[in-house]
Amino acid sequence: MDNSTQGPLVARGMGRTMAHLWMILGVIIVAFPVYYVFIASTHSVQTILRPPLPLLPGSDAYENYRGAFSGEINRIGGVSLWRLLGNTTLIAVGIAVGKIVISMASAYAIVFFKFPFRMACFWLIFITLMLPVEVRIQPTYKVMVDLGLIDTYAGLILPLIASATATLLFRQFFMTIPDELLEAARVDGAGPWRFFKDILWPLSLTNVAAIFVIQFIYGWTQYLWPLLVTNSNEMNTIVIALKKMVSFADADTPWNLVMVTSVLAILPPILVVVLMQRWFVKGLVETEK
Amino acid sequence: MAHIQLNDLRKSYAGQEVIHGITMDISNGEFVVIVGPSGCGKSTLLRMVAGLEGISAGTISIGDRVVNDLEPRERDIAMVFQNYALYPHMSVRENMAYGLKIAKMPVAEIDARVAKAATMLELEPYLDRKPRALSGGQRQRVAMGRALVREPAAFLLDEPLSNLDAKLRVQMRLQIKELHQRTGQTTLYVTHDQVEAMTLADRLIVMNKGVADQIATPHEVYMTPASEFVAGFIGSPAMNIFTVRAEAGVAVLPGGQRLPLPGLPASGEVRLGLRPEDMELVEGDTPSIPVVLKSVEWLGADAFGYGVIEGSDVLMTLRLPGNTLAKRGDRLHVAAAQGRIHLFSPETGKRL
Repeated sequence: MDNSTQGPLVARGMGRTMAHLWMILGVIIVAFPVYYVFIASTHSVQTILRPPLPLLPGSDAYENYRGAFSGEINRIGGVSLWRLLGNTTLIAVGIAVGKIVISMASAYAIVFFKFPFRMACFWLIFITLMLPVEVRIQPTYKVMVDLGLIDTYAGLILPLIASATATLLFRQFFMTIPDELLEAARVDGAGPWRFFKDILWPLSLTNVAAIFVIQFIYGWTQYLWPLLVTNSNEMNTIVIALKKMVSFADADTPWNLVMVTSVLAILPPILVVVLMQRWFVKGLVETEK
Repeated sequence: MAHIQLNDLRKSYAGQEVIHGITMDISNGEFVVIVGPSGCGKSTLLRMVAGLEGISAGTISIGDRVVNDLEPRERDIAMVFQNYALYPHMSVRENMAYGLKIAKMPVAEIDARVAKAATMLELEPYLDRKPRALSGGQRQRVAMGRALVREPAAFLLDEPLSNLDAKLRVQMRLQIKELHQRTGQTTLYVTHDQVEAMTLADRLIVMNKGVADQIATPHEVYMTPASEFVAGFIGSPAMNIFTVRAEAGVAVLPGGQRLPLPGLPASGEVRLGLRPEDMELVEGDTPSIPVVLKSVEWLGADAFGYGVIEGSDVLMTLRLPGNTLAKRGDRLHVAAAQGRIHLFSPETGKRL
């Protein structure tokens, strides 16, 4: 028996049609701008600037993409598209991995070790949730300047890896691990490091995947901080480069290249989500441990 | 294999003492069951031996080492947990081998030990399965196997059968007994189930509110319970215990009847304990206790009659033969079998 059609909330007949129409409408609203970006990336600047923009792909796709990769972007922004993609990937991965390392370590300490002011530490971390990056951006910038980290990857990554949200998530997950599992490991002779490596880490993998996806996208779409902390074009991320490309007068903006860059800026996060989708969903909904 | 010594062992939580000084010698190869109602401190005591709970005062030695300050892994013990605590992401084989792997034992030796334990516990077909693909009984056996492969000085089991259904529990009980006979491991076993306690133990520790009320063989505990608590806890249905007044060798029952009893103090009140199975039906003209039946439960081989002592509201449970015709409202006369009378102090609860 197919259980998915037996639930109490199964829409039937008219209701089902309405539900589908509603969802399709939602998908169109969300996806249409993205589709439009893709369409625009396949037309020449002249076509883009002469409204209305066609709704079907044009014939300049190859020309646009080849141009973008072979130096057109370099000519406008002073940095190659490859470099931009590389920078952004490095920063996004750095932030995601850094956040996972830091937050797992702090959650591990808070949940499994007894030390003075344990709860105070937890609340201190928790309170930072209430402070957005923008509030502490000036002092952070000052620290980065003093440390000489302007225009470095470290300067781009380090200030963004502390994460109260991820710490909280890992804490909640660690608290679902039964005490007996820790005790069994202790009797088996596992010290804190082994327990983490052999037992906690494998059990956390789906959560790690979920957090990686979220934080990768967070890092990929960073705008304000990279804008502040980088001066040289070489250190730009793709989002910053995009912004620089459109800061000319409308007629001078190479809209076809902007659209190509946009597509390329959207692609990697989509890839990450699609590739890790199964784990991602599992990590968010899994209850049986 | 080793003997275990507990010496005036105490445990306090935030100034509140929960284990009040337990002293015991467990000899090599002995099977000791710690039994008591929930909250009596029996699991705490076991976890103190395991090293999972700190010791507030007193000493524990395993073999000839005092282990008070040693980590669980240094104590040479293995433990089976109530919910088995198997590592969910590891196969049965990995679960059993994990402790040995940490101890850096050669792979060949690990494989040999795991194979041996798997044979003993009939787990061979499941070695590559994950715990979630196993039934409750199989998981329990894996937990046993994980402890067995360690070949530890002592085996600690914390209510290992309480998550199984009744039939499986009986099977596993027999299997544990057989395993113990085969391996001769020193074993400490915690349970609240008196059948498990009576059938498995060489000796019992009957715990009551953090005190070991009696440490003795199952036979002794049943025949001569050291306190009113032990008397009421061991035996099913529970012993009838009520207060009588002693007057020159005669007990005055709650209903006012006078019953000559040996061993009574000269005067004062005393708690009299009579097991349902230790009483026999007698004619009304001999010295006896008259019981008015309130209900009869017929179980097949025998029956239990529930009533009160005539003229009082003191409840009495009687064990009746299976062919009894007794029914509600009947008046039966019972007398205690020779030498099967238990007397306890009303103040201390201790056996007189």
